[in-house]
Amino acid sequence: MSREESEPPESGLLGPDPENRERPVGRRNSQGIRIDPETEATREPRRTTITALVANEPGVLSKVTGLFSRRQYNIESLTVGTTQNPDWSRITVVVEEPDPNIDQIEKQLDKLVPVIHTRELEREAVERELVLVKMDADEPDKVHAITEMYEGRTLDAGPRTITVELTGREQKIDDALDAFEQFGVREIARTGRTALARGETKTSIAPERLK
Amino acid sequence: MSSEQTTASDEADEPTPVTTGAESVVRALENAGVEHLFGVQGGAIMPIYDALYDSEMTHLTMAHEQGAVHAADAYGAVDGDPGICLATSGPGATNLVTGIADADMDSDPVVALTGQVPTDFVGSDAFQETDTTGVTRPITKENYFADDPDSVGDTVGEAFAMANRGRQGPTLVDLPKDVSNGETDREPGPPRTPPTYVPAETADERAVGRAADALQQADRPVILAGGGVIRAEASEQLGEFAIEHEIPVVTTMPGIGAFPEDHELSLEWGGMHGTGYANMALTMTDCMFAVGTRFDDRLTGGVETFAPDAEIIHVDIDPAEISKNVEADFGLVGDARAVIKQFAAAMDRSPDTADWCERCTDWKQEYPLDYHIEEDAPVKPQFVVEAVDAATDDDTVVTTGVGQHQMWACQYWTFTQPRTWISSHGLGTMGYGVPAAIGARVAADDDQTVVCFDGDGSFLMTCQELTVAAREQMDITVFVLNNQFIGMVRQWQDGFFEGRRMASEYDWMPKFDAVAEAFGAEGFTIDDYDDVEGTIEEALDYEGPSVVDVRIAPEEDVFPMVPSGGDNGLFALRGEHL
Ligand SMILES: Cc1ncc(C[n+]2csc(CCOP(=O)(O)OP(=O)(O)O)c2C)c(N)n1
Repeated sequence: MSREESEPPESGLLGPDPENRERPVGRRNSQGIRIDPETEATREPRRTTITALVANEPGVLSKVTGLFSRRQYNIESLTVGTTQNPDWSRITVVVEEPDPNIDQIEKQLDKLVPVIHTRELEREAVERELVLVKMDADEPDKVHAITEMYEGRTLDAGPRTITVELTGREQKIDDALDAFEQFGVREIARTGRTALARGETKTSIAPERLK
Repeated sequence: MSSEQTTASDEADEPTPVTTGAESVVRALENAGVEHLFGVQGGAIMPIYDALYDSEMTHLTMAHEQGAVHAADAYGAVDGDPGICLATSGPGATNLVTGIADADMDSDPVVALTGQVPTDFVGSDAFQETDTTGVTRPITKENYFADDPDSVGDTVGEAFAMANRGRQGPTLVDLPKDVSNGETDREPGPPRTPPTYVPAETADERAVGRAADALQQADRPVILAGGGVIRAEASEQLGEFAIEHEIPVVTTMPGIGAFPEDHELSLEWGGMHGTGYANMALTMTDCMFAVGTRFDDRLTGGVETFAPDAEIIHVDIDPAEISKNVEADFGLVGDARAVIKQFAAAMDRSPDTADWCERCTDWKQEYPLDYHIEEDAPVKPQFVVEAVDAATDDDTVVTTGVGQHQMWACQYWTFTQPRTWISSHGLGTMGYGVPAAIGARVAADDDQTVVCFDGDGSFLMTCQELTVAAREQMDITVFVLNNQFIGMVRQWQDGFFEGRRMASEYDWMPKFDAVAEAFGAEGFTIDDYDDVEGTIEEALDYEGPSVVDVRIAPEEDVFPMVPSGGDNGLFALRGEHL
């Protein structure tokens, strides 16, 4: 018996066809957020810093990065290092995602057992990135001038290459790299952003029982 | 243990001190109250098995590690406390992967203990070495590589506590052979979660108050009860709450049993193959009180059209579930039972639901679950499910494989108690049914019946576990709803691939009753309606494992159906609607 020949059942499953059913008026967007159809709004991605205080133990970094890849969140940069407490490390992650995802990232990070505290940092947080740039040494004076301008330091200067170090906010580093472009940049190593909350504000709060 | 010691009084029965890592692992399991283990032996896990030799815990040797983990998973789902499975390193451990992922998706409490090559060999591609913690990291709630005989017992205790506490889930401990064999006199303590893991108990009172306000003012409220309600032992509270305030209840598929399906407020379950009335209510509601659900896409369909008029109150023990898939207007993080109590206390009046309940009742009339029987044609699977339901008590535990049979089982069985519907939801693992029936049998009370509805394809994936049921003379009855098709695939091909039935037709099937008998189970066959009741009776009466090969109408489809990512309110009642 093929599908075409089969009669619809005589009992049941005979309610109104889909087009004749009651319909709701509301709508959500693809992010599951209830919206006013007049002012359709998907939340646009924004770039932000998430900081996590974690237990300093094997596998933490792989748990954190595994979480990002498994959930398809792109890591723009990630830094890790120890803190004043040798049992703890701090991870700083830069992401560019819409708000619902940023919220998810924080919650998912918080869920990991070795994660002690996580939060998104405010815009005014103290943020720095370190970059090393190696470029051709054809115009050493000009390189030097630009390095000075961006408050960098020359770490290595030879007949063929010059390597300089710069620290600063991401934007400054991007600008400096643009400026160095003209000399023939050979290699770049960037650390990615690391950050602390400004002033008295605590970057991370470890519960009493863990101190 | 010598015979003098066993005859001595229980109080005098001091446990012998542990001397090895393996003994401390076994002690940790005993401390956790574990009574049953499911596993398969092998080189790297042998020290643990050796230590089990002296333990009172019972061990079921399964035919395949996948069987062990599904059995442990179903055990946990029926019992509430974690099920334990053991496997050796390498292939033993990788054979657990599907079952661990399954437990992870369904938040089932499972502890997997895997053998590992000795620590010195780890990383050298030694015989039967696999990076088990690496492989299972994304599919476990937490996993551990044990590196010290002194702490391995506490690690196993922590794995047990982590599997059990907060949102339940699978954990794994990888046990290198030298650690298991290593000397230690450290007695493990009771199972404890690490200090960083502290799930919330109750929700923020003010948030509860605001949410309760919203529910009181709703015109078309609905309760959505997920598997978390059952896990939190909150079914009773939820039922009382629903009845007191006269709010219709829809369950998710894992939430089946959280609210009695024979109650007039029950709309049964919603989602892809849920009832029409549940899906109408989910679509038209203006306020949803959702408890312990992760808003899986099989429930929501496309999120754009999911409960678009509704303010959503979402109660979950896992903060990350709030607004993950569907934005919650009120997110309440806490234990379902505690939060429902808080909620009940915060409600100072009931919403006026008389009209709304009437509409829900009308939908029940308009879209009843029903099927059409043709005499002299092959038996309809729905009829068989109803007949088995009628022949058994309310507390019967039902397990299933994955496919059409799974949907018929939950559509046509009337579930009235929590922990009686045991299935693979989030992962949809074919082959879950038979080993799950074994695990459920071990966990269930002796007078509870355990049945499994399986598909012919699904059954063939793990039917070797029948040997275990036969060896242990376990009373389970498997109904293979045999349509000679990879039925669900065939249905999708007919509906969405212009009937091009690539690889879904089985023109030859083994005789399932004979398969059963070869494995030591009793075999039965149902060919037509006259056989149904008598054979069901006989199979259920048989004390031991039995398999009923039910030759069902091969081209029966599952309806209603919300096509993947579709609009719940536009569920199809028959093929032309797809
Ligand atoms: C391990 C696994 N492989 C493949 C699938 C995809 N799948 C889902 S349902 C189905 C067909 C199931 O056939 P059968 O067990 O005979 O049950 P029926 O649908 O006929 O009741 C398949 C192949 C799956 N869910 N699990």
